[in-house]
Amino acid sequence: MKAAIVVFPGTNRERDMRIALKRVTGRDPLMLFHREELPRDLDLVVLAGGFSYGDYLRCGAMAAQSPIMKDVKAFAEKGGHILGVCNGFQILIETGLLPGGLLRNASLRFLSMDCHMRVERAGTPFTSRWQKGAVFRSPMAHGDGNYFADDATLDRLEGEGLVAFRYTDEAGTVTDAANRNGSARNIAGILSPNLRICGLMPHPEDLVDPLMGGTDGLPMFESLAEAFTTA
Amino acid sequence: MKARVYVMPKAGVLDPQGKAISHALDGLGFAGVNDVRAGKVIELDLAETDPAKAKAAAEDMARKLLANTVIESFRVELA
Repeated sequence: MKAAIVVFPGTNRERDMRIALKRVTGRDPLMLFHREELPRDLDLVVLAGGFSYGDYLRCGAMAAQSPIMKDVKAFAEKGGHILGVCNGFQILIETGLLPGGLLRNASLRFLSMDCHMRVERAGTPFTSRWQKGAVFRSPMAHGDGNYFADDATLDRLEGEGLVAFRYTDEAGTVTDAANRNGSARNIAGILSPNLRICGLMPHPEDLVDPLMGGTDGLPMFESLAEAFTTA
Repeated sequence: MKARVYVMPKAGVLDPQGKAISHALDGLGFAGVNDVRAGKVIELDLAETDPAKAKAAAEDMARKLLANTVIESFRVELA
């Protein structure tokens, strides 16, 4: 799997992502600065977490206008695989590659803690190593992760099986208490209709090694690695 | 020509900032505040001198960048 991580001014989780990708592929992903061009032979583009461009205007709004995102959009149109985590999810939304919006957390608080997510859609390049309904722990750290979309969009996402992950308690039950940022229908992560673009707020890349306190997030990266070795 | 773009959370979209401000006003003893919505104002200094064209340009900017129309509504005023 040939992966590249896009680095904007203010991106700060790219090294964590690099560790996760290297762990499953055995080689370093490319780190691309926002003014560089996207190479043509990539399998996966990752938009990592952080606070690109200081979160000016809206989280991800400035990054969505940066030169490299034109390449990322073209990559998506050609069926490329893209993972957006946290600020990367916000950028995918601002770019229009995923639907909806991410509002300020309902509590108004920056949330830096572990959460639990349930896998709602298995069998995708991002989730094939989980069973549907599997629950895993993940760190999260964001101020604007409150997923919003109108009811028609939410119904479409659910109807087409494009909700990837939902916030639940440890047992996998959807509760308001587990939905710390107030997301619509507890949605933590979504997929594009072709299942090749995935965005989520929590950070599975931060739990991929026993030294980090667990490997709950590893299946996502193993799924990606598998998608590109068997292809 | 100057244009002001008012960006507000859409009706029906949760506005936690407005809610927090409302609570704070309540705490300060301001009674009778039924609701608070918090948005932002963006001032543009445009080279365009034709008011209709300036407004149309500002609205285009709002749609493409200044507002996220999934969650925000906007209104342009020429000053």
